[in-house]
Amino acid sequence: MVNLGINIGDLHFKNPVMTASGTFGYGPELDDFIDVSRLGAIFIKGLTLEPREGNPYPRMAETPAGMLNTVGLQNKGIDHFEKSIYPRIKGYDTNIIVNVNGSYIEEYVELSERIGKLDRIPGIELNISCPNVKMGGMSFGTNLDSAREATKAVRAAYSRKLIVKLSPNVTDIVAFARVVEEEGADSISLINTLLGMAVDVPNMRPVLSTITGGLSGPAIKPVALRMVWQVAKAVKIPVIGMGGIMTTSDALEFLLAGASAVQVGTASFIDPQASIKILEGIENYMIEKGFSDLKEIVGYINRKT
Amino acid sequence: MAKRIEDFKVIENKRINSDSYILKLSGNTTLPEIKPGQFVQVRIDGSPDTFLRRPISVYDVDYGRNSIRLLIQIVGQGTEALSKLEVGDLLNLVYPLGNSFGEPHEKEKLLMVGGGVGIAPLLFLGKHLNSIDYKPDVLLGFRDKKRIIDFEEFHEIGNVFLTTEDGSQGEKGFVTHHSILSNFKYNRVYCCGPDAMMKAVAAYCKRNGIECEVSLETLMACGFGICLCCIVDTVRGNLCSCTEGPVFNINLLKW
Repeated sequence: MVNLGINIGDLHFKNPVMTASGTFGYGPELDDFIDVSRLGAIFIKGLTLEPREGNPYPRMAETPAGMLNTVGLQNKGIDHFEKSIYPRIKGYDTNIIVNVNGSYIEEYVELSERIGKLDRIPGIELNISCPNVKMGGMSFGTNLDSAREATKAVRAAYSRKLIVKLSPNVTDIVAFARVVEEEGADSISLINTLLGMAVDVPNMRPVLSTITGGLSGPAIKPVALRMVWQVAKAVKIPVIGMGGIMTTSDALEFLLAGASAVQVGTASFIDPQASIKILEGIENYMIEKGFSDLKEIVGYINRKT
Repeated sequence: MAKRIEDFKVIENKRINSDSYILKLSGNTTLPEIKPGQFVQVRIDGSPDTFLRRPISVYDVDYGRNSIRLLIQIVGQGTEALSKLEVGDLLNLVYPLGNSFGEPHEKEKLLMVGGGVGIAPLLFLGKHLNSIDYKPDVLLGFRDKKRIIDFEEFHEIGNVFLTTEDGSQGEKGFVTHHSILSNFKYNRVYCCGPDAMMKAVAAYCKRNGIECEVSLETLMACGFGICLCCIVDTVRGNLCSCTEGPVFNINLLKW
């Protein structure tokens, strides 16, 4: 038997395969394709206090080995979540992590407090890295002082597991990782999307309604991997790696580079079973290589022999 | 109705004009119920620059032979790659996706309006309407004679009326110029085609108090409601075309 379990503090995850926020809905959207409860965790669609309509159409551009999106955190707000969504998903036998967003620190705090009252939500992912909103989002995650302030404020208000999701749109990712670790984050997830754009040449205009958007998919994997490797070496808390993971091999690259867990994102758009296939693939890889515990492969390439 | 992900086998790839073709696909397992207006998400293999699936309307379903047909126009590298599929090749589909056209009320006179490759969902809809004893008229518009998509099968559904923009076949002009619209009063219109055409048809229907549904085409990533990219601006806010559409009543749209 292979032990695929990992812990963030005292919170246990049965395996390291999770879903990236905004690429998995709330879970039920995938019920026809997979048994959601088999996953290590689901990180659900970004939530805000108030309902948000998000950005205008067009919100998507297909790009080489990836895509740009500018959804802009469309969601129906915490009231709707508590009333209509939470009851439908709380029965999943996995960790449900809520991705928390706001325009102001007070909003992050208030939302975290509300979520802290929901029994079946053992942790939040503090999103200080959304590139597609005018206020908040990435502006918190690309300034060290704001990243510190946001993490500190939410940490004081929220006692369960706090995972901070970092933006790759910075020069020194390690500095941000250290700051959020110092302020009490239990884990770090990275990377959110890379800021990018596309131009519609025949029609001579930007493709996206907001001109710029977030790039995801295999195109960003080498950048994501480098950042995860850097951060995993620099902090003591567990790192959750993501960015362009499409296959088992992609996921293993992140684990070997130091990620304790991975999130499957854009891959689910093309193959709604991608996360489960990756989970099975990691287990098979460990059996073939003769490992019995996931810890043996996490950060393997960084160990001195 | 459960969504599936499944490999289909190509059993026919028929070119029907300079840039359109029909793929006939056979399933391994018994087909689930597919409703008129629904679509499939086709994975494009062997086209390095095509990352996402392509949403394609269901043109026809043959439950007896366990096969479906897709009418596809080449518009980019994805649909180009699909046009090269050969008999025996496998094609991975996520299906059936989206809502469907609404059922007509009793004794209504029905019209289906299609433009270009937008005629695709109307064949399956027409067959369904026939099966519940309606005989809709069919109004089809194409740019010119060369671009006409073989509509032979529509003759079995109802009376077919035709326009081309240059008048090279049928009446000259857009579908909304066709004389049948001034000569006959319909109760309900089902429409699929280019945006400009659907907007013109919607305007005609609003002016004349006719119920109208349109099937919209949007840029789509997932096709089943997780990416929130294919939104349509409606009176109920932004709705995903893949789950709340692709068929919309025109009263819901801000047209």
